[in-house]
Formats: sequence, C-alpha cells, structure tokens
Amino acid sequence: MSTLTALAKAAAWSAGTAQPLALVRHVHLAERPLVFVPLALAGEANAPLAAMVGDDPDSPRLLVVSQPRNRDQRFAFAAELADVVVPYIEGFCSATEDVPASRDETRPRFLNAPQLVVPNLAGMGFVRLLGRSTRFRRTTGEFAVAPSVPVLGRWLTYLAERAEHPGSCMLLAATEALSRHWASGQSAMEDLNLAALVGWIDPPPGLTGAEAAEAAEDPVLSPPAGPATDPGFDNEVLEPLIEANGRADGDAALARSRAALERALSGQLLPTWRLVWRALNLLSALPEGGSVARRWDIDRDSFTAYYTYLRDTGLPQPRRDGAVAAARRLDWMERAQATYAAQQAFDDPLAMAEYRMAGEAFAGVVVKAEPERLDDSGKRRRLRPHIMVETADPVTVEKGTVLAAVRRPGQSARVVSVLAESDETASAEGDAEPDGVVRVVLELSGGMGRSLTAAPGSVPEVGEWLCYSSLAVDYQRPWDLPPAEETPWTHGGPPQPYVPADEDAVEEWS
Amino acid sequence: MTSISDAAGTWPGTDELAAARLAKARADPPRLAADAADRVIADLTAGHRAVVVDSPPGAGKSALVVRAARTLARAGEPVMVVAQTNEQADDLVDRLAAASSGPPPQLLIGRLSAQDYVVSERVGRHSSVMVDTDAAALGGCLVIVGTAAKWATVKSGAWLFPWAVVDEAYQMRSDMLLRIAGHFDRALFVGDPGQLDPFSTVESDRWTGLTWDPMQSAVEVLLRHNDDIPVHRLPVSWRLPSHAVPVVAEAFYPFSSFVAGTRPGERRLSFATSAFRAGPLDDALELAAETGWALYELPPGFTVRTDAEAVGACAALAARLLERGCVAHSELSPAGQRVGPDRIAIGTAHRDQARAVRSALAALASAPGLTGQGRTGADLARVTVDTANRLQGREFDVVIVLHPLSGRRDATAFHLEAGRLCVLASRHRHACIVVARAGIPELLDAYPSTEPVHLNVPAKFPDGWEANQAVLAHLAERRVVVR
Repeated sequence: MSTLTALAKAAAWSAGTAQPLALVRHVHLAERPLVFVPLALAGEANAPLAAMVGDDPDSPRLLVVSQPRNRDQRFAFAAELADVVVPYIEGFCSATEDVPASRDETRPRFLNAPQLVVPNLAGMGFVRLLGRSTRFRRTTGEFAVAPSVPVLGRWLTYLAERAEHPGSCMLLAATEALSRHWASGQSAMEDLNLAALVGWIDPPPGLTGAEAAEAAEDPVLSPPAGPATDPGFDNEVLEPLIEANGRADGDAALARSRAALERALSGQLLPTWRLVWRALNLLSALPEGGSVARRWDIDRDSFTAYYTYLRDTGLPQPRRDGAVAAARRLDWMERAQATYAAQQAFDDPLAMAEYRMAGEAFAGVVVKAEPERLDDSGKRRRLRPHIMVETADPVTVEKGTVLAAVRRPGQSARVVSVLAESDETASAEGDAEPDGVVRVVLELSGGMGRSLTAAPGSVPEVGEWLCYSSLAVDYQRPWDLPPAEETPWTHGGPPQPYVPADEDAVEEWS
Repeated sequence: MTSISDAAGTWPGTDELAAARLAKARADPPRLAADAADRVIADLTAGHRAVVVDSPPGAGKSALVVRAARTLARAGEPVMVVAQTNEQADDLVDRLAAASSGPPPQLLIGRLSAQDYVVSERVGRHSSVMVDTDAAALGGCLVIVGTAAKWATVKSGAWLFPWAVVDEAYQMRSDMLLRIAGHFDRALFVGDPGQLDPFSTVESDRWTGLTWDPMQSAVEVLLRHNDDIPVHRLPVSWRLPSHAVPVVAEAFYPFSSFVAGTRPGERRLSFATSAFRAGPLDDALELAAETGWALYELPPGFTVRTDAEAVGACAALAARLLERGCVAHSELSPAGQRVGPDRIAIGTAHRDQARAVRSALAALASAPGLTGQGRTGADLARVTVDTANRLQGREFDVVIVLHPLSGRRDATAFHLEAGRLCVLASRHRHACIVVARAGIPELLDAYPSTEPVHLNVPAKFPDGWEANQAVLAHLAERRVVVR
C-alpha cells in the first residue's frame, strides 16, 4: 500500500466515510453491461448452484440448478447461461469501423464490445473455471452437450484471460473497480466484501460508512456476494430444499419444490445483483479519464480479433500456455501494465501525486525559458530550448533522464541539471533536501514545428505550471520471439500441436 | 536456487570424505579454486550442450567468465557473451581486454550496444575493443559482449555462435533466455543462485508449475528441460572474510557450503583514532571491526518504511566510520588502506529508504559540529546508498544494512526473500553492520512463511524465513542495544 493510500484509509476511518483515491474514472463503463452474479455449491469444485444474469437492472434472469452434483444439470445450466451470454456477445459483432492497420491497409473493428460485470474477484475466478470446464466439451458422441456450451466456454475463457491484462475492461469485478477509486476505512481483505465496501462509499441515510459496513457483515441482511454461499443458509435453507427436490414425486410436487428453491436462491442473489448495479452507478458519477477510450479501443481490437479467430478456426484455448505463448503473454501484460500506470498518472492528478511523493515526478512553475536556444554541437543546428522549472517536490531524477510533461506529451525534456536552492554552486544531482526548492533545467525537443524557431505556444512560458515525469505512454514494440515450432532446446524444444480429441470431453472434474 | 535433488551428493557433502576434503580445502583455498575452475574449463570440451556454474558471492565468477570466453575463442570461432546490465557488460569487456593485452595478435573484442549507449571510460581506453550497435559490424571480433536485452534484438538466424557465455544467469528471466537461445548452439551459464529472483510487475500465477514458467531464472528453466547438464560450484569466496563465510554459507547456501579465501586474522579493521566518548555508534563499529558483524539494535516499534531513527542511524554509522579514520588490513594491503567513502555502502530494501538515507547523509554533511567539518562532510556524499537489487554484484569494505524487516508489522514475501538479505549480507570484504529495530525474531515467529506450495515447482532452498532466523541468531550475539 502506498503512503497516499494509507493516508486516505486513515482519513476514511476518522471521517467515517470512504475517501477518493482518484479524481477521474479509470475504467470504461459500457452502455449496456451484462451483470453476472454466480453462486457455487459449497464443497464442490466450481459446481454452479444459481446465477443472476442480465443487462437490465429491473429484470434479472434467474438460473437455478436443483441438483448441483448432477453433471447433466451442470451442463444444462451452462446451456441456459449460454442462451443469455452468447447472444449478448454476438450482438456486438455486426457494426464495424475501419482503422488503419499499416500504411495503406485498414482493418475492421467492432464499434462496441461486450462488458461482463461480476461482484468480486472470486466471481472472476468462477467465470474462468466455468470457461475451463466447458470449452473442451464435445457436441457429439458420449457426454455430448448443447452446441452453445463450448462456445460459451471459449468466450468465458477469453473474457477471463482478457481480465488479466492491466487496463482491460471487458470483465470487471465490482469490488476491484470500486477500491481503485475509493479508499475505505477497512482492510483490503474486508474490501473484498462488496456490501461492506459500498456501505463505506455510499452509506444509507442516517448511517456512517463504518456503521453501514458493519451492518453489511450480517449474512442475513447482506448475503455473501458469492460464489461461496453463507454456511448458515447452506445448512438451514439450501440443504433441506435440495433434498426435498430430490424426493419430490410427480410434476406438481417437483414444480412446487423447485419454486421454493428458486425463491430461496433469488433471495440470496438479489441483494448482490442490486449492489453491482449500484456500484456501476457510483462509478458512472465520476468523469471518465482521458485515456479510458484509448484502452477500450484496444479491448475492441482484441474482441474483433478473437471473434474472427473463433469464426475461422474456432479451436478452444489451450489448457496451458506453451513456452513461447507464455513469454509472449507476459510481455503483453508487462507492457500493458506500464502503459496503464502511466496513463492513470497522466489522467489523474491523484495518481500522479504518488509519483511526485516518490520523487519520480515533479510539478512546478517555469521560472526561466530560452525558447530560441539552438544546439549547434552537431552537423546541423537544431532547436533545443531550455526551460528552468522550480519545484518544492522531492526530485530524484538524474541528469540525462528523458521526461515528458502531462500537458505536453509529444515533447520530450532531457534533464540538464538539478540544483537545490541551498547549494546553487555545487551540482548536487538528485539528492535535494525534501523541503527545499529545487530548480530543474530541461532541454526540450519535439513538438515545436520543423523550423529553427519554435511554433507559438510550443515552448512553455515563464509562469506556466507543469508536471514532468519519466512515465512513458508511448507504444512499445512487442518482443521478437521465435515461433512456437522453433522453441529452443533450453525450453524443451518444439511442443506437440494441439489436436482436439474425444478424451477432452471426459475429464473427471468438469 | 538449488533443489534438494541436484544438491545431493555434490561437494562437499556430509560424509567423511567430504569432511576431509573440506579440511584440506581450508588449508589451500587457491588450489581448490583453481581445480574447480579447471574442471569447468575441461567440461567445455566434453561435449555437453550446456554447463552451469553456481558461484557464491565473490568467488571469482567474472574471472571464470573471462577465462572461459578466451579459451573458447582460441578455437577460432566467435564467442557470444551475455551480461544482464550495461555496467556488467562494460566490466566484462574491461577485464577481457586487460587479460588479452599481451603481445600481438590481440584478441579483438566487440561490445554490442544499444543506440543510446555512451562508451564508458573503462571500455574506451582499450584499443582492442570495437563498439557497435550492429552485430554484423563486429564480424572480426572473437568475443562479442552485449546485454541480454540487446542480444534479443539481433535478428534471429543472423548469427549462430558455437558457444555463448551467460553471466549472472540467475538474474536472467527464462523468457529472456527464450529470446536469445536461437543465437547459440551451446552455452556456459554462470551465476549466483543466492541472489534475488527475477520478478515481474504483473500477476504470473497462471504459469506456476510449468517447466517453462517465464518467471523462473534462465538456469532453472534450462535444468528442468535438460537433466544431463553438469552443475559445478565455485568453492572459495575471495570477497567474504573468514568470519562471514560460515554465516552466509549456512543461511543462504545450505547445500553447497564454501570456504573463505583468506585465513582468520588476515582481514582486519582498525581505527586511526580512538573513541573519545564511547557511545553505541562506536560500540557497534568496534564490534564490527573485531568480529566482522554488528547489530545496531534500536528500541522496538512499528514505523513507516522510511523510519527516521533507523535511517539516521545508518547515516550516522557511515559518518562515524569515516570520522574515525577506518583502516582495512587485508591480503591485498597488509600494511592497511584507509576505508574511503567509495569502499562503504548502505543497503536498503526499498528505493524510498535509500533516498531517505541519502538525505540523512546530506543533512549530516551540512550540519555544523563534529561530522560537518572538512573531509568527512564532502566524503559523505560519496558513500554508495542503494537497494539490494542494485547492489547485486558489487563489493565494498564495509556495508551498513537497513534490515528489510525493521519496524514492520508484517513479514511479506518481498521482505522475507532470502535473496534480498543474502545480497545485503554478502557485499563486504571486512564487516557488515545491520541496523534494525528490536523484535524481528518475534515478527518472524508471528509470520511463518505462508506461501502456497504448488505442484511441479521445485522446492527452493533456503527458505527466506529460515535464512532470516539464521542471520538474526548469529547477530544476536553481536548486538549493540540502543536505548
């Protein structure tokens, strides 16, 4: 936990209500998200028990498995879920726009993409595991399932893998999204409880956040947000109902006991369903960050590419990444993480404040500017203005570091010198006293037009307030990796290519 | 790191034969080290696809890399040398060039570099070194040195070296090896298994247990796919003094103990001045001079990471050390040599702690009074202050360590990592002074390591929790309690 987050948490505790950690919203919110609240049976590996799913807060669709240990019912549940999820996803697969792919080619991109919202991280885990248990199922032969089931498995797996990409918003967990934007006065572990977290952020009238969070700990008032259910409910309500359903004889009795089961499970799901929509409303009240749309573009690109792959090839995602695939995914994720961190800081002064406190960024006023300065050390003279920025931030950047200003991202600034006020004569690089004023001289390049005179307004003027950091939001090229069939001997040599087989359908645990 | 299985049965074990060898080794470390290096060089021509050399701190790893590269180059085909950072690459080039500066024909050395690389003085002074950003331009060189990141940008298929020598291979991630493995046919991997593991900024659990998990070190992935690769161990630490070797070996290298290159008493610290009014600072310095270790223990307490008192103590110890005029006597300078600021380091776990120590040093330097005057003030700015990650591979006479667990409420995997403490506790030639708040053993007891055990993941030794306990147990007897 960073110092600022710790401070915000302490402030939330003493104020009794959550404190903002962000001034803008860093997640994309779809116009029509699909909310999915799953419940699993205790003691069984990811056995679906019930779910509430839908894109309309007022009419959730309730799915119930009356005997969760029954494998056929499990895949009937998957088929029912597929009837909701797959049409929802495919609804985005029509309208496209053309975006440049290379110098003179374009590629189509879907105008919008699906967004699945689950209550918490465990809900994401449920999505991943359900995808894992359905994507290899066969639609013919022994243990055949409905044709929509393996398609659902592929999409759920795609969404779960996408969620591992920093900055992607196609699968969101409400608790994660909320705690990125607000600090509650409770521990990170307690923040996993959606009801308590929403209580801190938006307590009902007459209660403080702390009181609302405490009330939310009662599993009768606020049933757990799943997929794990409340053990009290399991023992006292669920078990008798499932047993009664198993014993029910005749259509009428069966319908009666099923209705009772649905009522009970709906009672467990509905509070969480409402909380997820409330969380989305809370988030939508924040103004959207400047880079959110750009990240959603990447999501749409990825969605388009996967849809095309599924239509043309359609093999399920492999069980495990091969050596090359793992390295490539790690590279993607690390680049996405760096870009996401930088974009958040550029969009949000509170996120940048973390870097300023750590000395990796500084903000201050321009006290001197030489906009006409030319560098004639090389063969050609080049325009390289100098500016001096005065800041009270602790500065630890070193001479030669290339920085960029938040408001002037296209212009790079190389650090020429860092002078602490106390020792103007000595060049104490970097190690300025924390409280002293520091003057940083920067050499600018780029973004000033092509001539030897800077375009008007392209060089910061004296008196302008700027925030410089070494964070880069530039595109970085992905790594060159060998193709999978040329995996070197150090990593086990080329792997066997995946061939779908009937055995895929008989994994015992799914 | 070493797994149990491949550590068993290697030198020295617990049996009598090994004990006898150990006794003999203590008597003649240079011979022992030379034999081990000879065995490595011999294995290079024995037809193995790869050879791995584990090296404890300061065991002559770089010398071995230089020797191996020169030996392989003598066969007439160029050798690819992979370093992890530009600093390390420059060091290797410097050593290679110095070792090859005999009568002509000189061994031409290439330094493959990135666009923004600035030729350092120690590379530029050698006439036998060519620097270029393009591997093709270094065609005439018999040894080409570059960082792994740079080698990874070389077009695949452009080069196929018969041999590569990979330095600091335990710091290189498996995915980096994947990127450069296409450039060589066989390789020698040299590194220190006790140092920090590679890390990532993103969640990498999904690959846990895979033999090609990209978060492993290059050596781990190599050994998991090729079980016939010989693993050698360098048996003599030339850096660590004789009183540090047993502690470091027991805590961090439980299955591959090593001996000190110097005899007890050969390394000694003395002070040019005696303490006028002895206080805890002087007590700690005297204790460190005498036994090689000292724990400067502050009153217990939970603090923020940049604990002003602990940070101040680190700075004050460094200042006092310079002030007292510390002199190091060693096999290199039996008459003694002043321990200058360039021979002192302060190591921390976090960057903000290093920053806080630097400001504390600056404050001491500019403060009036005892430490502010003359040479000491200016010297303070030249003391190296850095994190464990950045101190890896470096060497000093005296190292002051801000204990990673000092003042903490919890012990996370980051702070417990054995490699972190190992790096901090094995950078010194003479003495190591640890600054910590009291109560770390209790903290460790309250936070036993809770990392989950995964299938198909080789067990790692030492366990960080155990290593921390071992070091603290040793320090407990060399403690200066500050009230």
